[in-house]
Amino acid sequence: MIEMKDVYKTYSNGVLAINGISIKINQGEFVYIVGPSGAGKSTFIKLMYREEKPTKGSIVINGIQLENLKEKEVPYLRRNIGVVFQDFKLLPKLTVYENVAFALEVIGENPKNIKKKVLNVLDLVQLKHKARSFPDELSGGEQQRVSIARSIVNNPPVIIADEPTGNLDPETSWEIMRLLEEINNRGTTVLMATHNKVIVNTIRKRVITIEDGKIVRDEARGEYGLYE
Amino acid sequence: MVFMNKTLGRHLREAVKSLGRNAWMSIASISAVTVTLLLVGTFLVIMMNLNNIASNIEEDVEITVLIDRTADQNAQNQLESKLKNLEKVENVQFSSKDQELEKLIKSFGEKGESFKLFEQDNPLNDVFIVKTKVPEDTPVVAEEIKKMRYVENVQYGEETVKKLFEVVNVSRNIGIVLIIGLVFTAMFLISNTIKITIFARRREIEIMKLVGATNWFIRWPFFLEGLFLGALGAVIPITVLVVSYNSLVNIAVPYIQGSFVELLPFSPFVFQISAILLLIGVLIGIWGSLMSVRKFLKV
Repeated sequence: MIEMKDVYKTYSNGVLAINGISIKINQGEFVYIVGPSGAGKSTFIKLMYREEKPTKGSIVINGIQLENLKEKEVPYLRRNIGVVFQDFKLLPKLTVYENVAFALEVIGENPKNIKKKVLNVLDLVQLKHKARSFPDELSGGEQQRVSIARSIVNNPPVIIADEPTGNLDPETSWEIMRLLEEINNRGTTVLMATHNKVIVNTIRKRVITIEDGKIVRDEARGEYGLYE
Repeated sequence: MVFMNKTLGRHLREAVKSLGRNAWMSIASISAVTVTLLLVGTFLVIMMNLNNIASNIEEDVEITVLIDRTADQNAQNQLESKLKNLEKVENVQFSSKDQELEKLIKSFGEKGESFKLFEQDNPLNDVFIVKTKVPEDTPVVAEEIKKMRYVENVQYGEETVKKLFEVVNVSRNIGIVLIIGLVFTAMFLISNTIKITIFARRREIEIMKLVGATNWFIRWPFFLEGLFLGALGAVIPITVLVVSYNSLVNIAVPYIQGSFVELLPFSPFVFQISAILLLIGVLIGIWGSLMSVRKFLKV
């Protein structure tokens, strides 16, 4: 599903962000990526959806070889990966429905299928009744659910969430976690970078710990390490 | 460069939407294109008509051979056959001094009446009017004829034609420089308008990239926006061209009928120029958006 072999990433300013990572993640896994700030979590995630190119090493996602992927093939890679961010990245002038439909429209989905798919996924995140609301009329948790709906509406085999609970209070965070687990139970691989110790230690999943650009721990039912 | 029909409607909507969103920049760009095309249009109309007139005159150039008064009928016949035998000559026509005087009187209209005094004692020469096969040969043939016996002098409209072509050339060069400057200004304004659109849409563009929209899908609305700006800029110039040329033809034709000055007919001339203006407008628009898209849209 996801396989990295001896991956290195040096930024043009000389910063060595990833210092030799090899990893294998199977279809349907739920994986936490943890580590202190600046350890390379973000770079690790960006390498997967080809926001960044590795300096060295090979990356395969869902059978697609990333290191010699042509620029014009990148969009087709991204259709296999749903991405969720801490700041939701919703379009403020579009309604909830339009925000989710947008993801399908811009990849040229047949308009006949869009309505059905969007309503299905809004049902899953329990926001069907807010379809006509605008993002600023929603709570943070609701906004994050819209952004998750958008990331999975195209049925990607993988979703990558970069600190999805970073901006949310504990109560709402649990809501989002339940949703991510539900998506994972349907067979979608979930990768989640987080700083939330309570969540990692409560909902026990595989934990990959990154420090100084290296994987220092990888446990099937891991715990959050000791970081400040 | 895939352009799927099912997404065309969407791209068009997006392009039109942002025309409205940056209304002032859009108006500025359209005005720049309008001014440019008005100038290009006026320029083309004048140039093409001047060219037409010049070549009409050129075709009418004839050599007037003044026959020496001492020539008798025999000498005159000899001269005529010598002229006819010249390789580059198409035809030779005799015109008596009385006919010449009549022409002169006619060409001055009312004022010509005073020349009637000369009818008793005509100071003019009998002439041969010589036409060459190719207008460009006129000077050479004229020189040759000048050397013949019983030829007093030769006259032809060399200077007039030369001057006319000089005027055409100089004004063409000035016009071209001016127009190139304006075209660049218009392109620059359009590319700035598109840049603002791209900036206003950076969030959408970011999300489009994340969810896997193709680069061409992202670019299309910006191309269409540029194209619209250019095409809209052509509307006023084309309208002005059609209306004003039509009235110009209507007003001018009665006055210039029968003279060598002749306007190109309304159709197809005006439609050709309109098509050229629209094409230039659209090209300016596309070029302008290309500059922005390449620079500011890293897709």
